[in-house]
Amino acid sequence: MNQKLIFEISRAGRKGYSLPNCDVPVESIEDMIPNEYLRETELDLPEISEGDMVRHFTALSRCNYGVDTGFYPLGSCTMKYNPKINEDVSRMDGFTGVHPALPDSAVQGCLELLYKMDLMLAEITGMERVSLQPAAGAHGELAGLMIMKAYHENCGNEQRKTIIVPDSAHGTNPASAAMVGYEVIEVKTDSRGNVNLSELRELMSDQVAGMMLTNPSTLGLFEENICEIADIVHDSGGLIYYDGANLNAIMGVTRPGDMGFDIVHLNLHKTFSTPHGGGGPGSGPVGVTKDLVPFLPTPVIQYKEGQYIRDYNRPFSIGQIKSFYGNFAVIIKAYAYIMTMGAKGLHGVSQTAVLNANYLLNKLKKDYQHPYDRACMHEFVLSGQLQKNKGVSTLDMAKRMIDYGFHPPTIYFPMIIKEAMMFEPTETESRETLDAAAEVLIRIAREVEENPELIKEAPHHTSVGRLDEVQAVREPVLRWRP
Amino acid sequence: MNIPADLKYTKKHEWARVEGDLVYVGITEYAQNSLGDIVFVELPSVGDIITSGEAFGVVESVKAASDIYSSLSGIVKEVNNELIDHPERINQNPYDSWMMAIEPSKASELEVLLDASAYEKLCLEEA
Repeated sequence: MNQKLIFEISRAGRKGYSLPNCDVPVESIEDMIPNEYLRETELDLPEISEGDMVRHFTALSRCNYGVDTGFYPLGSCTMKYNPKINEDVSRMDGFTGVHPALPDSAVQGCLELLYKMDLMLAEITGMERVSLQPAAGAHGELAGLMIMKAYHENCGNEQRKTIIVPDSAHGTNPASAAMVGYEVIEVKTDSRGNVNLSELRELMSDQVAGMMLTNPSTLGLFEENICEIADIVHDSGGLIYYDGANLNAIMGVTRPGDMGFDIVHLNLHKTFSTPHGGGGPGSGPVGVTKDLVPFLPTPVIQYKEGQYIRDYNRPFSIGQIKSFYGNFAVIIKAYAYIMTMGAKGLHGVSQTAVLNANYLLNKLKKDYQHPYDRACMHEFVLSGQLQKNKGVSTLDMAKRMIDYGFHPPTIYFPMIIKEAMMFEPTETESRETLDAAAEVLIRIAREVEENPELIKEAPHHTSVGRLDEVQAVREPVLRWRP
Repeated sequence: MNIPADLKYTKKHEWARVEGDLVYVGITEYAQNSLGDIVFVELPSVGDIITSGEAFGVVESVKAASDIYSSLSGIVKEVNNELIDHPERINQNPYDSWMMAIEPSKASELEVLLDASAYEKLCLEEA
């Protein structure tokens, strides 16, 4: 790559700014700040002209890839188009000009938006109330499990210390459970891709706090025995937690609450179209059934006597889990999305997401192994095992996709599928884009037969070639100058 | 695939070598191959008490992190700390790269370990 670091372009004295003369009395810094806090050496900032700086950052931005540049079928991440109207709405003066420390009476519009968003997400998920505080998905999981723990402790069931998680689960599920001090037990997936019911029955006891489940699962399959699973967990006194990563498959069709779930987290940055890559930031609201509302984080937004208020007086609450009220600007963007789509529109989102995934799956399953012979939901998992047997790994094929201008799918996840490739096209891709992606993947399968070396050395058409990920982890170079 | 005849094996792809009172434990050729390049290893400490069926360590590759399970209960007597700085040795020589030596407390657990031919059969079924 020819791209230099900005420090390498820097030349002493080549400043890109000129400041006006100071028109207030000048104080020396030593008089204002105690000596021990002052640095002894000059700050090493790059010195570069404005034009060179613009070229530098423009060049970097052109190395980037996102949903605004091309197809991004990264499974389990719901990389849908982020409507630009969301950005306009979140930048309105009434939202950007307020401070979160203002009294309730001065921010009625903001509180109204939060309250209405809470109720809309509750309606979409079949929950009673939703806290919008968690900063992103895993934080929502943590808040949800803290609520589960608070509920059991309040019922005098401190002995419930284990959480059941399927072997197909996102890694964040066992990690979140461990964070709140729970022990994790894994339940296996059966030959149809559902949770193994007989094994689940055996695992249940009065030691189990609950179960975490993603539905549709990370295999992109709808859990066919979901009501029975909820009954099994409830019958032994546990709660069941819905990982909302895959909500994009079911909006307006069914709801976690109707399936028997007690706690739900959502990812506004997936399902509700807020920016996702590059740090987001995210937003991971957590919703609960009526019995669990007392445990929600403080504050809960309430509407009383014509006024919206932040209610902190909640003795059973797990407390505040984020400064102020979560990632507010992200919540506004998701609110704008829901208002733009409407109820019918969200139903259409899920229908199209499922249709697009099945369309792509059916184009690919002749050339790649399809582990569970079922219709998929909004995403699907293929195995690269046929190609692996010929010496080309899923990683190689993922790199080759980049040569054709597409972002690769999620690879090597879920871990129960060998050489996994997980595709989630989302509803915002056209038939032409799906056809073009399928054509590339079929061509890559043919290249495995005809010219495997070409794939093993991919990518060829990028600013840098294949990166040595192993060396990057074993011997990371974290500073430009040692 | 390399499956030395003089070792014992587990269904979770660990090997075991009995030397006097101690059993040296590592992961098999099949295990390192399916994990890919190993970049991080977490090992127990000498004196830890291990229960069969529980994880005693972690291996992490670029693809995934996996617990390593012990098929034996007992006390950890030795730990191969060289692997912490050189996890790649597990890829290069899995059968020399023992992770811990355990003094087993239940002799019966040793008897249920697989021999090389039974383990080879298991690998073929999983492939």
